[in-house]
Amino acid sequence: MTGLGVLVFSPAVGALLVAAVPPLARDAMRRTAVAVSLVPFAVALALWSRFDPGEGGFQMIERVAWIPRFGVSYFLGIDGISLLLILLTTFLVPLVLVAAGDSVRSRLKGYLVALLLLETTMLGTLAALDLVLFYVFWELMLIPMFLIIGVWGGQRRVYAAVKFILYTLAGSLPMLAALIWLGVEHSEAVGTMSFALPDLYALRLAPGVQLWLFAAFFLAFAIKVPMWPFHTWLPDAHVEAPTGGSVILAGVLLKMGTYGFLRLAWPLCPEAATGMAGLVALLAVIGIVYGALVAMAQPDLKKLVAYSSVSHLGFVMLGLASMEVVGVQGAVYQMLSHGLSTGALFMIVGMLYERCHTRRIEDFGGLWQQAPMLGSLFLVVTLASIGLPGLNGFVGEFLILVGTFKVLPVAAGVALAGIVLGAAYMLRMYQRVMFGPVTRPENARVADLTRRELGVLVPVVLLIIIMGIYPRPFLRTMEASVERSLAGVKAAAVSPGQGQGR
Amino acid sequence: MVEASYLRWIVLLPLAGFLLFAVRGDYLRKRSISRLACLTVLGSFALSVRALSDLVVAGTLVDQVYTWIAVPGLTIDIVLVFDRLAAVMCMVVTGVGFLIHVYSTGYMTHDRGHARYFAYLNLFMSAMLLLVLAGDLVVMFIGWEGVGLCSYLLIGFWYGDSAKADAGRKAFIVNRVGDAAFILGALVLYVGMAGSGTPSFRLDTINAAAPFLPPAVALAAALLLFSGATGKSAQLPLFVWLPDAMAGPTPVSALIHAATMVTAGVYMIARLSALYVAAPAAMTVIAVVGVATALMAATIACTQNDIKKVLAYSTISQLGFMFMALGVGAFSAAIFHLVTHAFFKALLFLGAGSVIHALDEEQDIARMGGLARAMPVTTVTFVVATAAIAGLPGLSGFFSKDAILAALFSSGGRLVWGLGLIGAVLTAFYMTRLTVLVFFGESRSPTETFDGVEESPPTMSIPLIVLALLAAAGGYLGVPALFGGNEGIFHFLAPVLAVGEHAVHLSRSTESGLMGASVVGALVAIYAAWRLYAGGPGGDLRLSRRLGAGYRAAAAAYSIDSLYDRFVALPVVRAAEGLWLRVDVGAIDRLVGAVATLALGAAEPARRLATGRFRDYALAVLAGSALLALAVWKGVAS
Repeated sequence: MTGLGVLVFSPAVGALLVAAVPPLARDAMRRTAVAVSLVPFAVALALWSRFDPGEGGFQMIERVAWIPRFGVSYFLGIDGISLLLILLTTFLVPLVLVAAGDSVRSRLKGYLVALLLLETTMLGTLAALDLVLFYVFWELMLIPMFLIIGVWGGQRRVYAAVKFILYTLAGSLPMLAALIWLGVEHSEAVGTMSFALPDLYALRLAPGVQLWLFAAFFLAFAIKVPMWPFHTWLPDAHVEAPTGGSVILAGVLLKMGTYGFLRLAWPLCPEAATGMAGLVALLAVIGIVYGALVAMAQPDLKKLVAYSSVSHLGFVMLGLASMEVVGVQGAVYQMLSHGLSTGALFMIVGMLYERCHTRRIEDFGGLWQQAPMLGSLFLVVTLASIGLPGLNGFVGEFLILVGTFKVLPVAAGVALAGIVLGAAYMLRMYQRVMFGPVTRPENARVADLTRRELGVLVPVVLLIIIMGIYPRPFLRTMEASVERSLAGVKAAAVSPGQGQGR
Repeated sequence: MVEASYLRWIVLLPLAGFLLFAVRGDYLRKRSISRLACLTVLGSFALSVRALSDLVVAGTLVDQVYTWIAVPGLTIDIVLVFDRLAAVMCMVVTGVGFLIHVYSTGYMTHDRGHARYFAYLNLFMSAMLLLVLAGDLVVMFIGWEGVGLCSYLLIGFWYGDSAKADAGRKAFIVNRVGDAAFILGALVLYVGMAGSGTPSFRLDTINAAAPFLPPAVALAAALLLFSGATGKSAQLPLFVWLPDAMAGPTPVSALIHAATMVTAGVYMIARLSALYVAAPAAMTVIAVVGVATALMAATIACTQNDIKKVLAYSTISQLGFMFMALGVGAFSAAIFHLVTHAFFKALLFLGAGSVIHALDEEQDIARMGGLARAMPVTTVTFVVATAAIAGLPGLSGFFSKDAILAALFSSGGRLVWGLGLIGAVLTAFYMTRLTVLVFFGESRSPTETFDGVEESPPTMSIPLIVLALLAAAGGYLGVPALFGGNEGIFHFLAPVLAVGEHAVHLSRSTESGLMGASVVGALVAIYAAWRLYAGGPGGDLRLSRRLGAGYRAAAAAYSIDSLYDRFVALPVVRAAEGLWLRVDVGAIDRLVGAVATLALGAAEPARRLATGRFRDYALAVLAGSALLALAVWKGVAS
């Protein structure tokens, strides 16, 4: 036992506890949910303290045979990359639970339970080292999110929820085929079936096979990220999802796509990935500029933030496509940064909605007058999102650019246009909401942040600042893991596979 | 290189002020806030003085604060370097910055956003000092964007007015364009250095590696970084944000948009002088841009009627002079002019603030005039500053501008020198026009306003007096040998600046001839402006009749803003709308929907089977059973 199992399943156990709370005791429910969600956060911190950053391979291994006949095992383990994403997840969920009572009026218990179950599936996806286990968690992740959007969402929630689940499923079914294919390949090469990642990494697949597998992975992960042009489910999902759903969706769920590229697509199909890197970079750069431009035209706060995610995740994909250590480290850093700043943006949009009952940008104006604390924290988050140096967003973007410029200078140059456009649409949005004259009487009576809201936003903003001025602990945690992942990809790509076997 | 860990406090003291006011501003008394804000800057000034004295004894000071980013192959340290160039900048930034903080305590007393104002102002000081002290290009960029942020916040300080908030946002976005070029330039350098040693963003490493860089790399990096400078230092083509930036409180215009931040581009290029010397073509571009900007802005300044706009275009024009100097390799002359300009231009803005304050926020010089009697301190100090910027002999601007003109003559030739001289003459003209229209002649203000005019309180007038002394005497930092001077600042800066190949020494007779020409030019311009405007703003009409279309073009600022709107802003907005409605909703998402409909269509035959009628199902079961039975029977049979 290394604690990983506790990490993964404690939210699910906590969900049972929450379910046991009497139905009308909203406060008790919320408190219980927050309290149990602190368990995985504490476990994640403990894991971080025990983690050996010098070791690039998987640590904290837990492994039990599950379906021995097919070589399937309950196999958990983490490296620096998954550890950081686990920290992000366990950090965000308690905050979402704290804020839940403000945005969800009915069926609060179900909402809390769904969020906790969602946490288990997310952590499971990040910690799983067996592909069957990974796939189970990956698909289970859809169900609570489907419910969160479909039950607690806005007007067109059913449309958005169905679009979300069908679109994502369309991507993950080919991935299932790819996973099974890999298990069979292993059995043909070695004699026994295995779905354990370290075993599969050792396979040397024929380039043609790699290409097919890569295509399957690409579809699954590109939809999840989402990369341009597979992104149109995202604005709908965000607009309809309740605040907490949006925060988790943007904060964690999208990273499952980029994580999938890094954990599965790159190392399992190294030659195909290297060959396709240019194409991935192209789509990434299109996403950066396209997402920024479309964000600029949005009249709705949530849609604007949703399209900004398309742009920011384009940066992540560009860093991954560089296949340079610096660029990939930047990409992982950008995943964390985006999780924090976009998570915080959705929280703030939720708070604005609670106050003004609108998300149309033009309905706001002059809010700073009444709510300077909200304005200040909103400003920091906005600036983080546009990559102001000294805040977290810059570190990731800059490292991505350094890594990319070496190998794909034109892509880096075009990506810089996204940075300019990012400032344009974010500052325009911020100004329309906080500055200018008060145009609607109800905006003149807006309340500033409550203590609970401060409690939700201040930790995120502090982390945004810390990650901006002292990024080293985070970079150090992932460094060896990123180096090791890329070393595998590069080694395979340099000496093209000699068919199957090793 | 001597370790001096107190350097960090130069940056941290104002930052501490910012944090305090940002978090606890509502709970502190106004007076405590303004005093503390001044104190932090005074502390930075005192530490800069100490560092300067240590520097003279021990040489360059270094403060290795901590390692910011460390990934394989790239380490970025937060390292502060106090060398001679940084020393000059620190003295100007903290010195002038302190005076403007003091002035602000008077100017902003009655403003609701008092705490916010001083928070931003202190944050600005911190970012500016980080920019100046940074020993690494990326750390410099933190300060670079940090000052831009403060500029954005302070231009839009009165956020309730959308026009002011727009102006702040415009400043940020135009600067972002430059900043993107800055980053790209840094990347070019970093990758380009791989061929000639360990790549690094350290400024000393870059300067040391510059001579060995492939010429194309040096040229590309130099041009890209200079593009960044055209944003921050308001040069063609990115100067358009600065005139709008006048929407901010006037002390902010003095501090950020005249004395310090806008000179960051000049400083950055001087900092990387070795790189620029290695890229002669880039130097030519800088000189050309500098000349064009100086002349363009000077002609516009002659036509403007908003007191702050005149000063804004004047600043753009003077920055153009600094870039001319940089472009011909006269780095120290550029820095010298940067220093004297900080004195007299800060003074001009503070004087303008004093006038605006006294006239109840009036900024139109057509509605001023005759203020000299009621506001003696403001008038005298403003006149001193005007004389200094116009280059009257003995005052600071005379020495620094002549240093630039001499360098233009010796390195750039007669044409460049001639154009520079025209710029100088125009400067004398528009500044005299401004001074005459504001302080002399008949009053054109409403009588009740004019009767209420009073001299500003001591918190505002004392900084004016100190700056007037500096504007008058600041030139003695660099009196040329021609007048028996020791050329102090040039010798002081020489060890830290690269030397361009064209540095030719002029003969005494040439030098005095050039000087004579510029003095005569300035005097003629002053006389002409006096004659034209002594009777009031009617001179504009006479001038415009004489000059026709050219005058009108200058008065419209050559319509550059509307060109940007038409060819940049509008197409981007249209593209955004079009991409969203036509491509995103109209094509991509429709395609996704079509795929879903297709899948639905494919499922339609299957759906038809589910009729919901018992009879149909029973029939199906029957048919199935029959088939099954048939199959079993066949199987048995075979």
